[in-house]
Amino acid sequence: MSITPPEQKIWFNEPVDKVELLWVGMALVWALIMFAMMPLWHLKGSQNMSNEAYRIQPEAYQAKVDAMVEKFKVGEEGKAKTPVVHPPAGSDVYLLARLWEWYPVLELEQGKSYRIHLSSLDWQHGFSVQPANINLQVHPGIDEVVTITPTTSGDFGIICNEYCGIGHHTMLGKLRVVAAK
Amino acid sequence: MVAKPVFRTCGLTGLKIHDDAEKLIKANAVIAIVVLAIGGLMGLLVVLTRWPSVHLLPADLFYLALTAHGIDILIVWCIFFEVALMYFASAILLGSRIAAPKMGWVAFGLMVLGAAITNWKVLEGNSSVMMTSYVPMQADPLFYVGLILFAVGALIACFIFLGTLVIAKEEKTYEGSIPLVTFGALVACIIAVYTIASGAIILIPTFLWSIGLISHIDPLMYKVVWWGMGHSSQQINVAAHIAVWYAIAAILFGAKPLSEKVSRMAYLTYVFFLQIASAHHLLVEPGLSSSYKIFNTSYGMYLAVLGSMIHGLTVPGCIEAAQRKKGFNKGLFEWLRKAPWGNPVFSGMFLSLIMFGFLGGISGVTMGVEQINIMIHNTIYVPGHFHGTVAVGTTLAFMAITYFLVPALWQREIVMPGLAKLQPYLFGLGMGVFSLFMMGAGTLGVSRRHWDMAFSDAPHAFSYPPAAYLMMGIVGISGVIAVVGGALFVVIIVASVLFGKPIKASAPAPAPSPVASYGSEQHAAVPGTFVLALLFLTMFVLYYFVNWKYLASTWLMS
Repeated sequence: MSITPPEQKIWFNEPVDKVELLWVGMALVWALIMFAMMPLWHLKGSQNMSNEAYRIQPEAYQAKVDAMVEKFKVGEEGKAKTPVVHPPAGSDVYLLARLWEWYPVLELEQGKSYRIHLSSLDWQHGFSVQPANINLQVHPGIDEVVTITPTTSGDFGIICNEYCGIGHHTMLGKLRVVAAK
Repeated sequence: MVAKPVFRTCGLTGLKIHDDAEKLIKANAVIAIVVLAIGGLMGLLVVLTRWPSVHLLPADLFYLALTAHGIDILIVWCIFFEVALMYFASAILLGSRIAAPKMGWVAFGLMVLGAAITNWKVLEGNSSVMMTSYVPMQADPLFYVGLILFAVGALIACFIFLGTLVIAKEEKTYEGSIPLVTFGALVACIIAVYTIASGAIILIPTFLWSIGLISHIDPLMYKVVWWGMGHSSQQINVAAHIAVWYAIAAILFGAKPLSEKVSRMAYLTYVFFLQIASAHHLLVEPGLSSSYKIFNTSYGMYLAVLGSMIHGLTVPGCIEAAQRKKGFNKGLFEWLRKAPWGNPVFSGMFLSLIMFGFLGGISGVTMGVEQINIMIHNTIYVPGHFHGTVAVGTTLAFMAITYFLVPALWQREIVMPGLAKLQPYLFGLGMGVFSLFMMGAGTLGVSRRHWDMAFSDAPHAFSYPPAAYLMMGIVGISGVIAVVGGALFVVIIVASVLFGKPIKASAPAPAPSPVASYGSEQHAAVPGTFVLALLFLTMFVLYYFVNWKYLASTWLMS
């Protein structure tokens, strides 16, 4: 039994039944297929993690955000009158996470690509664009760059989905995708 | 002079039981169940708050209860029970005395003290940092001290287990190799040792940081090392509850492994590959390369997943083989239909096996794909997955074997047998539905660890689709059903230990005789199990590719 020592001392030499061998083979093949899928998607797929990230001081990041807001501000929105920016397609867009807001509101054009930068000024936050359902981790001290091309238009919520203290559930930002001009 | 070890022979199982070992097992199991009750209560508060139309707790208490629930269930309950299992699998199954019983009490004391300190700090309200306690968010220094003390205690318990194996070998209390179940416990112990090492490497500096002796802990480094503990501790659970499955198959059916070699090799893949799987918590982190993520998250090409898939065949397979030997040979599934579904030891074990595979296993591997994780990271899909592993897998398996341990060690009958019959279904199926619908809500983007899915106090407006609310409502209802099942377990076990009818030592042994050998040429066929395995693989493949298709429909990113 499984709770007693093996009956045959040299159990290693016991023959293995065909069904077991077959299953081990099938499971191994499936494991290798799953393993191959990830590099394959990097080559052929269009939804991949970026490998671009830099160390950055929070103040330096904040300065980049402020410069962008100054340059491309088109309005204000929400209870906190958060600035809305409309950066040109293909440009570097800086989104800032802090307790407990996403700053600023981004207005992007459908079908255009943007180099979105993400970083936090304080704790870790979670960048969760809904309902597109894209979820990325945001760290303090790391400037993460991901090239995003919105394929659907409308108003999207940027939810913080990394617990960041008592105001966590109020940390909701906005991202608007408009038709390309 | 060392006192001569005292043994008794179990009237129920014929096992030779060392008195000191028995006392330690009982103490650890009792605390485990107390913690399960506390953690379960916290879980009830959490589920009643996430149920949108109930929304019970205010935000601060919700985050507090969630932190306590995570630590008490994921760490404290599981590890206490696993210490009891390790002592059982070594001293009792090998008929040996336990090594250094006094150190066993020291370990026990440290674990109780550590768990109490951490709980005290969490309940005090200034350490609502979640189980993961990601820096730079800071908890009370004693929060970390409690975890460190607990880990030291658990480490001592691991060495007592290893010492007992050495003693049993030395004193020749058994012949040949250790039993498969003991081997599984050994695998759990090895994983536990490097889990605790990872924990020490990160929690000790974090403690020093919390009292101001270290100025900075890098958040990314913290996560990489912390998950070496956080995920690996769940792999202790996997190794342990699979050992419990094999043990129950042997206890109830006299089943022996289809092949010792295959089952042990499957266990060995855990030792080699499970640790690196902690990377799948880091799939959407900046600053880690895709090649690092792909190799590590796939457990080195999914070799540990292979191990679990093998157990998925061999555990029900050994039951089928044993049942067929006893004449339940009709068709594909007579062996399963005629299994003792009214016995909570069996029903708990089998529900745990099925749901761990279909809910926890499939979802875990799928969300552990580097790219698919983009759609799942930190959504409520994640707790959906791990309630499919830790709750319906580990916890249910531990509940099942408790129904055996109470008569065997406490020598008491289980009280309220009617309710005991129902309990695994209530807890297991409730938790299964709970887990499934959390995953459903997660695919609609509902966030985990979040107090208000309506965002009433937020500067902007956003609303989830009505389906997300519906699913979170079902999560609420099924969660409450599961909690009722869990509470029933605690009540039945506590009442049985205190008031159960004593079982006389001279009672006739109803233990099953081991089935005749079928390890070699006269191997019993297991067609039913193979059909179940094929069903599992089909579901797995379909679900896996459906998720890729879903991923392909979202925004482009690189």
